[in-house]
Amino acid sequence: MSIDTETARRVAKLARIAVEEDRLPALAEEFNAILGFIEQLQEVDVEGVEPMVSVTPMRLPRREDAVTDGNQQDKVLSNAPDAREGFFAVPKVVE
Amino acid sequence: MLDITYTTPKPKVIQGAQSEWELVIGMEVHAQVATQAKLFSGASTQFGAEPNANVAFVDAGMPGMLPVINEECVAQAVRTGLGLKAEINLHSAFDRKNYFYPDLPQGYQISQLYHPIVGEGEVLVEMGADTSGQPMARTVRIERIHLEQDAGKSIHDMDPHMSFVDLNRTGVALMEIVSRPDIRGPEEAAAYVVKLRQILRYLGTCDGNMQNGNLRADVNVSVCRPGQYEKYQETQDFSHLGTRCEIKNMNSMRFIQMAIDYEARRQIAILEDGGSIDQETRLYDPDKNETRSMRSKEEAHDYRYFPCPDLLPLEIEQGWVDDIAENLPELPDALKGRLMALGLTDYDASVLTAEKENADYFLAVADGRDAKLAANWVINELFGRLKTDDHAITDSPISAQQLGGIIDLIKADTISGKIAKELFEIVYTEGGTPAEIVEARGMKQVTDTGAIEAALDEIIAANPAQVEKAKENPKLAGWFVGQVMKATGGKANPKAVNQLVAQKLKG
Repeated sequence: MSIDTETARRVAKLARIAVEEDRLPALAEEFNAILGFIEQLQEVDVEGVEPMVSVTPMRLPRREDAVTDGNQQDKVLSNAPDAREGFFAVPKVVE
Repeated sequence: MLDITYTTPKPKVIQGAQSEWELVIGMEVHAQVATQAKLFSGASTQFGAEPNANVAFVDAGMPGMLPVINEECVAQAVRTGLGLKAEINLHSAFDRKNYFYPDLPQGYQISQLYHPIVGEGEVLVEMGADTSGQPMARTVRIERIHLEQDAGKSIHDMDPHMSFVDLNRTGVALMEIVSRPDIRGPEEAAAYVVKLRQILRYLGTCDGNMQNGNLRADVNVSVCRPGQYEKYQETQDFSHLGTRCEIKNMNSMRFIQMAIDYEARRQIAILEDGGSIDQETRLYDPDKNETRSMRSKEEAHDYRYFPCPDLLPLEIEQGWVDDIAENLPELPDALKGRLMALGLTDYDASVLTAEKENADYFLAVADGRDAKLAANWVINELFGRLKTDDHAITDSPISAQQLGGIIDLIKADTISGKIAKELFEIVYTEGGTPAEIVEARGMKQVTDTGAIEAALDEIIAANPAQVEKAKENPKLAGWFVGQVMKATGGKANPKAVNQLVAQKLKG
């Protein structure tokens, strides 16, 4: 699999990362290098090996169903560029 | 319990300009999990709070915040799976679905694409009766149920240039319940959502309040020529079916039906014109009754899923699942069967079990009493009266215990059916204990034949012409019955009156 400039542009756009046009070929090359490495890893025979998800054997921690958080509207909105009447205000997005 | 045999309903056929077409429908229902707190944070799930009041920093997507799963959400998903006779996956895992939208502060939704918590199950969707009176039902297969986070809410009509975002719903747990394309018409689609909602409400895993958006459906619609669907069912090969379009975010049974009907006709028109269907996401506009393409969503469809690095796989134990299974409440199908075994008709049993609150009320009334009589009173008198007053059963002015008291008085022949209706009205409007009211207001039925006979004799004596007519035409006996009832203030036992009138007129 090979990443061309067009794919690099698309991936950057999906991730909302601004990439200058002249930087795209180099970005595509970096992707290709990473994918090349992954391809190399894929040569290892892992038939019958459970995927390892954690170095230490841990059970997913759970919480009880209780309300312990919230009621901090001012803090939640404090970093918003624009907030009105308790809402985040953003440029109009409508289908 | 009673086993009911169902026939399969016929698929909806739409006559195109050139030929007949059938509908094939699959649904993804998003059901908000009924819990106090959100899926991965301790913020409240309460509907209708001040904007952005129920938001933890995890929900707001603040850097460095880690999700910790709410165990009750997992239990509710398992409960739902068991209620849909589905396999429970002891091992499941969370993935990130990446897209950008103002009401999704994390920039991704935590969902379960690769390893959902619930596997294959089924829902029996009742579709009334066929022309011969045989009940019909469709078994709709469930493909999977996964747990995921809900997004926030954008409000577009508060300002001409801005959208307002409320994150209270962000991070609330949803169950996405995915069906196989086993639904064959608009009415079946609505009936499927009704049934699913009913099951979830019996289980207590989702409130099912569609107006508040805690049950929403995405509907996948395609059309095919007659015969193609059977080939699909034989082989499970989708190439026998048409290309589908997905209608997003429907939260009304009526709109679901209208949208499906419109969308099927749109596709048929394109196909008959020699065109082809593009697989796409569409939105239904109830004002114009049409669906239109959501072009902006097309690019967003590249979600770049990957396992969520913040969450270990979700391992649950069989013993825990067994505990939940043991404590599962009775489900609507089982309850309906039980009511029919008590002698109720399919129709009455369906009406009483449709809403859990109605079923609970009925069971309290019928406890230790004649089930059929209880059903008549609950359905005909109470439901009718509540509907007139726009009361919910939970706000019924007459309790199950009070209604049961009225039924006891009928059964004991203490009051007649007619008086019982008056008594119902008194208890409904004024309250009180039925037996005490009957006692205090002298509403007891006169079963003393002597008193009835005296009243009847008086009427016969006063109306000789009428007696002669009734002797020739026995149908006129009803007039005497009516007069006796009138004379006794409606308290005479109708059976006794009828007997006496027949006797006297004969002689």
